[in-house]
Amino acid sequence: MISIQLNNLTKTYNEQVIFSGVQEAVTQGSCLVVSGPNGSGKTTLLKIIAGLVRPSSGEMHLTIENKVIPREEQKDYLGYVSPDLMLYEELSALENLEFFARIRGLTEGVKKAEEMLEKVQLNKWKAKMVSTYSTGMKQRLKFAFALLHRPLLLLLDEPGSNLDESGHALVQEIIEEQKQRGCVILSTNDPTEVSRYGDQILQLG
Amino acid sequence: MVTRFFNWVKQAGALLGKDIKVEFRTKYSLNSFLMFALTTLVMVSFAVGPYILDEVLHSALIWIILFFSAMAGLARSFVKEQEKGTVYALKLSAVPETVYLGKFIYNLVLLFFVITIVIPFYIFFLSPPVGNPGLLVFVLILGSLGLAAATTILAAIVSQANVKGNLLPVLAFPVLLPLLITAINGTRLALEGFPLRDAMPELQILISFFAIMLAVSLMLFNFVWEG
Repeated sequence: MISIQLNNLTKTYNEQVIFSGVQEAVTQGSCLVVSGPNGSGKTTLLKIIAGLVRPSSGEMHLTIENKVIPREEQKDYLGYVSPDLMLYEELSALENLEFFARIRGLTEGVKKAEEMLEKVQLNKWKAKMVSTYSTGMKQRLKFAFALLHRPLLLLLDEPGSNLDESGHALVQEIIEEQKQRGCVILSTNDPTEVSRYGDQILQLG
Repeated sequence: MVTRFFNWVKQAGALLGKDIKVEFRTKYSLNSFLMFALTTLVMVSFAVGPYILDEVLHSALIWIILFFSAMAGLARSFVKEQEKGTVYALKLSAVPETVYLGKFIYNLVLLFFVITIVIPFYIFFLSPPVGNPGLLVFVLILGSLGLAAATTILAAIVSQANVKGNLLPVLAFPVLLPLLITAINGTRLALEGFPLRDAMPELQILISFFAIMLAVSLMLFNFVWEG
């Protein structure tokens, strides 16, 4: 059982307030959609939850089975997909996932990498360098990277960007499966995605 | 504790393998590293011409070439992760200390590779007297260990800065000064043919510098990596 508690999160850059007093709780089986116009701080909020950026004030608590997970261990439980996150272009898709499986200390890394590539329908191109991939294929690979360690919390920043119709169906399938296992926090400014996925909606800006 | 250490080593090994594979395919760091070293070497050999330099000047020149080549090549280890956007994937997957260890060993491999090319060329072009080759190898290995340990943590700091350009040599120089002075002195003793026991104080300082730099870097890296 997982729950995420955002307590009064505020972020400022050079005295400019990006957002302030963000208060929200997400529990098992739920999808929180963070919505808002460009520059409202959706990506920054997701980065704060992922532990990649520190908030100016406030805190984020990740609780699993009633145990609060320390900040340095939180990354073991979360998967993150974002336009800012890139994988190694000089490696193939399989090499990328094998590397991240090894660095995470996952057993049967190759098998898991192959499974994930099949899930995101990239197994046909698994030996190709990522630099030869289209933007949509790179987006699918980011999903494979995020799901490799079966995270309990999935953070998706603009997950539908650059994806075709089958890619959008894949996103929907991944979100539904993730809700069975844990929960999802998704940021988008697409009203269709807000209504399709949002069990809870957090409006920024 | 032991299991944790072995996990670190395994994960650092994975990072080293990835970096070597990427470097082998792009030759990004190696090219800038080698080109800087060889260009400097050729310029020095033309400038010196037929003049015979003494051992002190030879020692200083060797370490000046190695220092600035290291600044040109090793600075890339973290900057390229930042520039290519792969830093987030790494931050989300790896224990910070294993990132430092992996990058340190990778930088050391690069440095050793460059030394094995540059030093024979230096000896060929400038004909310094090498009285005690064994001691020279010792000094080069120990000096490289300290140089790689310090440069790795400083490269991580530089990668967080907005202006990355030439910040590394500026930051590195005061930190590396004790190492460089000792390594130059140790190299001079090797060129003059002194036995190993006469160079023990220099070797001890080089070992201590490396040990301190490695320990401090492992303790501080988490703060640098988290930004």
